[in-house]
Amino acid sequence: MSLQMRSTASADAGARVFDLSAAPVRELNAALHALPPDTNATLWRVINPRGLHAIAAGVDAPVTIEVEGNVGYYCGGMNKQASVIVEGNAGVGVAENMMSGLVHVKGDASQAAGATGCGGLLVIDGNASARCGISMKGIDIVVKGSVGHMSAFMAQAGALVVLGDAGDALGDSLYEAKLFVRGSVASLGADCIEKEMREEHKALLAEKLTAVGILGEVDIGEFRRYGSARTLYHFHVDNVSSY
Amino acid sequence: MNDLTNTPRTLPRVSATFDEYTLSEIRRAAATGIYDIRGAGAKRKVPHFDDLLFLGASISRYPLEGYREKCSTEIVLGTRFAKKPIELKIPITIAGMSFGSLSANAKEALGRGASAMGTSTTTGDGGMTQEERGHSKTLVYQYLPSRYGMNPDDLRKADAIEVVVGQGAKPGGGGMLLGQKITERVARMRTLPAGIDQRSACRHPDWTGPDDLEIKIEELREITDWEKPIYVKVGAARPYYDTALAVKSGADVVVVDGMQGGTAATQEVFIENVGIPTLAAVRQAVKALQDLGMHRKVQLIVSGGIRNGADVAKALALGADAVAIGTAALVALGDNDPHWQGEYEKLGTTAGAYDDWHEGRDPAGITTQDPALMARLDPVAAGRRLANYLAVLTLETQTIARACGKSHVHNLEPEDLVALTIEAAAMANVPLAGTDWIPGRNGNF
Repeated sequence: MSLQMRSTASADAGARVFDLSAAPVRELNAALHALPPDTNATLWRVINPRGLHAIAAGVDAPVTIEVEGNVGYYCGGMNKQASVIVEGNAGVGVAENMMSGLVHVKGDASQAAGATGCGGLLVIDGNASARCGISMKGIDIVVKGSVGHMSAFMAQAGALVVLGDAGDALGDSLYEAKLFVRGSVASLGADCIEKEMREEHKALLAEKLTAVGILGEVDIGEFRRYGSARTLYHFHVDNVSSY
Repeated sequence: MNDLTNTPRTLPRVSATFDEYTLSEIRRAAATGIYDIRGAGAKRKVPHFDDLLFLGASISRYPLEGYREKCSTEIVLGTRFAKKPIELKIPITIAGMSFGSLSANAKEALGRGASAMGTSTTTGDGGMTQEERGHSKTLVYQYLPSRYGMNPDDLRKADAIEVVVGQGAKPGGGGMLLGQKITERVARMRTLPAGIDQRSACRHPDWTGPDDLEIKIEELREITDWEKPIYVKVGAARPYYDTALAVKSGADVVVVDGMQGGTAATQEVFIENVGIPTLAAVRQAVKALQDLGMHRKVQLIVSGGIRNGADVAKALALGADAVAIGTAALVALGDNDPHWQGEYEKLGTTAGAYDDWHEGRDPAGITTQDPALMARLDPVAAGRRLANYLAVLTLETQTIARACGKSHVHNLEPEDLVALTIEAAAMANVPLAGTDWIPGRNGNF
C-alpha cells in the first residue's frame, strides 16, 4: 500500500497520504472501506489522482478525503458520512447516489453531477455540465457557476441551487425537487414551471446557502424558484403532446 | 326482378387483418385516446422452444439410467471477476420483479420457493425490501435506470448485482407503475408522492454506451469491494452485439430476455412489436461468447417464456448456463388461477388471460398492493407451490439430459437438437428434423 504519514498544511496531526501514481484506486478504496466508525484516521489526502475513476466511492465513515487534482467518473459515488474535497475538476457522475456527507468540487463538474443522490450536500465551485441533479432523490446541490441542459431531469426530491444560469429543458418531468436559479434559464422542460418564491422558500434557500457558507455573499432576492406543475402526474389524453 | 330469397348467400366473412381483437382495440383507442397498457409478455405466437426436439440416445449414443445414474444440476455464476461467485443447486433462477408491481406476500413467496430449491430471486424497480432479503437465501439486486431505493447498504447485502439495460417485454422502454399501486410504502421506497402514475426512466442517468458502462461496473465493484458477481441484463434485440459489449464492459454474467418475457405494465404495442423471440436470441448470445472465447467463463442466463423442463433443457443445450422464470413463477404462486374465475369475469376477463396487472386489482393477491387482496395469498403455501414447480422443472430437465446421455445438464449441446420448422432451424442454428440442413449456416450467425 502506498500509504504514508505526511504533515500537510491542512492537518496538524498529519494526514494519511495516498499516492495514486504508486498504488491503484482499489487499494485506496479498500483502505477507506475498512475504516471503523471511530477511526482516528479522519484526514486523508489523495495525490496524483490523474482523472482516475471511482476515487473514494462507497465510503461510509466520518472522514475527510482531500483529492489533489482532477478526478474521473463517479468520485465519491454513494458516499455516506465522508467529506470528499476535489481540488480540481470532476468527471461524470460525481457524488452519484450520495446518501449523506459532503462532496465539494473546487473546479468544474462533468455531466450527471449528483445523479440520483439521496442525501448530503454537493457543492461545485465552477460550472456543472448537462443533467446536473438528474433523478435526484433528496440530495442538495449548490452550483456556484452554471448548469447545462436537462439539469434536474426527473428530479424527485432535494434542492438544486444554481448561482449562474441554467441550460435548456431545466427540470424536465420534474417531481418534487426544488430548483432555485439566480441567472437565466434557457428553457424549462416538460411540466416544469416558475413558482412563487414565498417566505418558506427563501428560508429553505437561505439554509442551503448557509450550508455552503455563502449566505452573506449573494442576494436571495435575485433567485427565482422552479418546480413541478404536476400536470403529468397522471396519464391524460390531453397531455399527450408533453409525453 | 331477382328473387333474393332464393339467391345463395355467402357466409359473413371476418377479416383476418381486422380480427375481433383488433376491432376491439380500435374501439377502445377511439373511446379513450390513450394506448393500451397491460402486464405479461408477448402473447402472439412466435417461434419458440416448442419448435425444437431432442434426438435422445441411439446406437451411436447411450443414455443414463433414470433414478440411478447422477445427472447434476448445480451451477456457479460470476466466476470471471467476483470474489464470491453464486452457487445454485439448479439452473433455474427467479427473474427480477419489483415490490410495488408485486405484493409483499408474493415477493416473500418467491423467496421461500426459490430458497427451498437452492436458487436465487431478484429484486426489481423499487429497491430491496427486508422481507425479500430475509426470505431469499440468494438475492440478486437490480441496478436500474430509476435507481429507486438504491443505496450502498442494500448493494452490499445483495449476493449479486444485475445492471438492467433492458428487458424482453420492452427493449428500449422504461418502467411504469400506475397510481393505483403507489401506496404510501411503495412511494416512500421510491421517494415519490403517493398515488401518482410513476414513469421510470429508460436510460441510466449517469452512463451512456459501453465505455461508460465499463466504468460504472468498475464503480459498483469498488463500492462492494469486488465481492459480488455483476450481471448485465438486456432485452433481446441485438443479442450478438449486446452480449459482446456486456462482456467488454466487464460483466460476470449476461442475462438475455426474449420478447415473451413479462413486464408489470407496458404498452401492448410495445410488448408485441419490439424485440425478438427468446429462441432467436440464445444462439446469437452464445455465438458472441464463443467468438470472444468467453463461453462458460462469462455465464449466460436466458429468460422469456420458459415454462417446463423441456424449455430449460433446450436453452441449456443451445449454450445458456441457466434460465430465469418470471411469468411461470407467478402462475405457480396462483396467478390467473381458475379458482378466481368469478372475479376475473367481473374484471371483464377470464382466468388465464388476466393481464391488467397495473390496475392493482389482482384477485389472486399477487400483482396488487391492496391489503385485502394481498391477504388472499399465503406466502408459505404459495412458496411451497413454487418449490414444487421448480422441482418438476429440474426433474424434467434431468430426464431429457439423461436421455441424451448427459451426466450434467450443462453437457447438453446443440448437436442434441433438431428443429421442426425452417424458421426455428435458422434461428436456433440446428438442423431441420430429418435433414442435415441448417438454414443460414454460412451466414454471419
